[in-house]
Amino acid sequence: MALAVVIVLLVAGSLIFHFASPWYFTPLASNWSAVDFTVGVTFWVTGIVFVAVNLFTAYCLIKYRHRKAHRAHYEPESKKLEISLTAITAVGVAAMLTPGLFVWGDFVRVPEDAMVVEALAKQWHWSYRFPGSDGKLGRTDVRHMTVDNPFGLDPNDPAGQDDILVANPVLHLPVDRPIHLLLRSSDVLHNFAVPQFRAKMDAVPGMVTYQWFTPTRVGTYELLCEELCGIAHFAMRGRVVVDPFADFESWLAEQPTFAETAARPMGDPQSGAATYAVCSACHGAQGEGNPQLNAPKIAGQEAWYLKRQIRLYQQGIRGTDPRDPYGMQMAPMANTLTTEQALADVAAYIESLPDRPAEPTVSGNAARGRTLYQTCAGCHGRDGRGIWSTNAPRLAGMSDWYLKRQLEYFRDGVRGAHADDLYGLQMAMMAASLRDERAIDDVIAYINSL
Amino acid sequence: MAYVAIADRDHHLHDPQTFVTKYIWSQDHKVIAIQYGSVAILVGLVALGLSLLMRLQIGFPETFSFITPYSYYQFVTMHGMIMVIYLLTALFLGGFGNYLIPLMCGARDMVFPYMNMLSFWVYFLSVIVLIASFFVPGGPTGAGWTLYPPQAIAEGTSGVDWGIVLMLVSLAIFIVAFTMGGLNYVTTVLQARCRGMTLMRMPLSVWGIFIATILGLFAFPALLVAAIMLLLDRAIGTSFFMPALISMGTQTGNDGGSPILFQHLFWFFGHPEVYIVALPAFGIVSDLLATHARKNIFGYRMMVWAIVAIGVLSFVVWAHHMYVSGMNPYFGFFFATTTLIIAVPTAIKVYNWILTLWRGDIHFTLPMLWACGFIFTFVHGGLTGLFLGNVTVDLPLSDTYFVIGHFHMVMGVSPVMVLFGAIYHWFPKMTGKMANETLGKIHFWMTFLGTYAIYLPMHYLGILGMPRRYYAYGNTEVLPESGVIVNQGITIAAIIVAVAQLIFLVNVFYSLKKGKPAEENPWRATTLEWQTPDTPPKHGNWGPKLPVVYRWAYDYSVPGADRDFIPQNEPPREAKA
Repeated sequence: MALAVVIVLLVAGSLIFHFASPWYFTPLASNWSAVDFTVGVTFWVTGIVFVAVNLFTAYCLIKYRHRKAHRAHYEPESKKLEISLTAITAVGVAAMLTPGLFVWGDFVRVPEDAMVVEALAKQWHWSYRFPGSDGKLGRTDVRHMTVDNPFGLDPNDPAGQDDILVANPVLHLPVDRPIHLLLRSSDVLHNFAVPQFRAKMDAVPGMVTYQWFTPTRVGTYELLCEELCGIAHFAMRGRVVVDPFADFESWLAEQPTFAETAARPMGDPQSGAATYAVCSACHGAQGEGNPQLNAPKIAGQEAWYLKRQIRLYQQGIRGTDPRDPYGMQMAPMANTLTTEQALADVAAYIESLPDRPAEPTVSGNAARGRTLYQTCAGCHGRDGRGIWSTNAPRLAGMSDWYLKRQLEYFRDGVRGAHADDLYGLQMAMMAASLRDERAIDDVIAYINSL
Repeated sequence: MAYVAIADRDHHLHDPQTFVTKYIWSQDHKVIAIQYGSVAILVGLVALGLSLLMRLQIGFPETFSFITPYSYYQFVTMHGMIMVIYLLTALFLGGFGNYLIPLMCGARDMVFPYMNMLSFWVYFLSVIVLIASFFVPGGPTGAGWTLYPPQAIAEGTSGVDWGIVLMLVSLAIFIVAFTMGGLNYVTTVLQARCRGMTLMRMPLSVWGIFIATILGLFAFPALLVAAIMLLLDRAIGTSFFMPALISMGTQTGNDGGSPILFQHLFWFFGHPEVYIVALPAFGIVSDLLATHARKNIFGYRMMVWAIVAIGVLSFVVWAHHMYVSGMNPYFGFFFATTTLIIAVPTAIKVYNWILTLWRGDIHFTLPMLWACGFIFTFVHGGLTGLFLGNVTVDLPLSDTYFVIGHFHMVMGVSPVMVLFGAIYHWFPKMTGKMANETLGKIHFWMTFLGTYAIYLPMHYLGILGMPRRYYAYGNTEVLPESGVIVNQGITIAAIIVAVAQLIFLVNVFYSLKKGKPAEENPWRATTLEWQTPDTPPKHGNWGPKLPVVYRWAYDYSVPGADRDFIPQNEPPREAKA
């Protein structure tokens, strides 16, 4: 009896939950209203079955519960009943399947006029490529991938020279244009999913996959990786900005082509030395850092990382939070590097400086830190050497007091909170797994031992 | 009568003599069943604990310092793998398969008792290897229970040093164990049924276990080769599943492998695996419902053919796990169609369970509560399967919490409902004691309501877009403030459900010691295992003489009969006269 009542209540509760709870699809922002339609059809068909079957069960449980002198009816089978139930089920199934197959037919066939865009997934970030003026994407191969050619474009393929490269997890797309999104991965499985678009597909290393959609609403949407891709899977976020066409075009025009990135100036350490004089005031003549002046060691740090941080300072993405006074000091200094050439030169000079491990200043339990560092190793490498493909700077042998401060900044939303600092956001999400000061000290103690 | 000879042969040869041969190196299917069951439940408790750790992190992120991303993915992986393989598969087939097949078929033991013993000990070894991975440097693998390469063996995933190797080795050992057991179950069903036990007189429990075992024998080899190939990729640098790729900034030197090939192999095993767990549950629950509703199972023949049909179809639906995997998307048409077709025989089974209740004489015993609970959870989980099986509907939902909600309802909660129902049902036969009813009811209500409170909201979080396998969500629009609160509620419900399972353990030990002594046939059931001369049955099951079967397993409430059940081995009236 109680069971029957509970089943009725659960059915009623489920219905109320379905209709009254605030959790349903995010508002659609693509052409795939048909997907929502098929979901709706499925909800109705299965909902009716759910209610009917369970209420009938509850009815049976009450009506045919054991009573004295009551005996069950003996009826091994009923062909008629079984056949009619089978038929009804088949109809219901067909009602769900048929629209599903038609919509899938649309999904697998990309419209001919769709604009080709490629998303390249890597552990644990996105970057994008547009075909450029010739309308053709150049050949790529993982074997060409280096820190200077992160897209792995074949340098000898003329079709690739004008490809427009977006080495940044933010993708802009024009509104109301069908997008033929090609997906590529250079390491493990990933998945390009924007919940508002309703479409998703895995990116698979060794092959190119695709999906298509037409963004229908101007706005900014979160891009999620929805295929487990390792320790930082949950932090692999990107953004899709849907613009009016003109805005999209002007954004695209600002992005460099492959030829332009390949032609970026090589740094000259000689001329960098002169520029470095400004830096040396705080960071020291050998880039060894100076804790008194709150200047971290920069000798031995990866050049791509230094350049990126300088740009972040220049763009006002770092060094603008009043809780980060040292960053605010750095920002005007970064602005003295006015040209690409100057930046490349000074980075080249810093690369040429001798690299001696910084003096440890933080103490903690390195054994415990070793366990915590397992997570960090996913990006920064087991030896903390820094890895370009995961956007992870070197940690081992660098200024540990600086490391500690930055971890606190990440945790407290001082760093990595700016909307345009998606790599910083990633680090902020990872830093949140260091729950307290002791955890930070421990992990740094371990890094010091590397 | 050749089959009687096989069933009855050599029962003197392996009569146990000492403690060791009786309880450790036992060749008695009933002891082996309990060994299998105990180890499975024990390792299942580990997996339950892991699920709580995961839920603590999702419900209360930034709280527990020992749950790092590195360890979180280990919890995820080991929870899934243990529950699916080492608990559910082992408990249904190694546990209930072992216990029920000989007893229900009227055999003295499995056809190959020595191999049966080996099967358990090899299974035990696989569990040891699995558990060992918690204690090796780097810990167990965090690749997700699907172990997809390249990630499973690439730097940047938890446990790539030892964990993944032990996982793959353990799986291979498990498959050896399963094969030894499985061949035994199939041979016993085919060769050792007692006189009169035709296939179409077998209880549905045996049918479910029998077909599930056949599925396993066909499906596990796919997993075995996948595991071996992945092991080779990991250990000696082959490229079965590894294309040219960059790991941690450097080229790995692999070339030409296909990550999707692994997924095909995995799911060629993985989907039938769902039915390896589900079919025994289907069969057992049919018998529970019939016995406790005092009514024949409705549409027995249809039920048998539905089991067979589901078994066959389960081999042609695997790629519905891969709609957005990047395989040729045109496969979607085929696999969506086959997947939805499988809904038809499955629905028939549900109808027939309910029609068994209809016009029945329903006793709300403990097993019956669990069986009815199963109908509810399975209907729920089965219906949400229609969302994910339909390729277009799957598109927004795959890899979200909708999937978690679905498969836990259909493959977690539902089989577990049957398992507990079955344990309470056969406890008197296995132990000679009745399980405590009050504790059992508390256990049922907490589990039944608690699990629904866990999984119903998950579906909606999934529709919202909450991705699965996320250590933390951070500031994201797919998880609004209300969703964060729901996640806390789910975690609390999960803790309650976990506590309920401790009540179950208490009940088992309490009832073993202090339970009411059980009668020979406390549920007044028709099937042969309740007709043994001893309770619990002794070695050899049947005393001097094998039973002879005269009727099907569902003669409940036969009009004109003096009792409301007629055991299978009761001769027809005219023969008695």
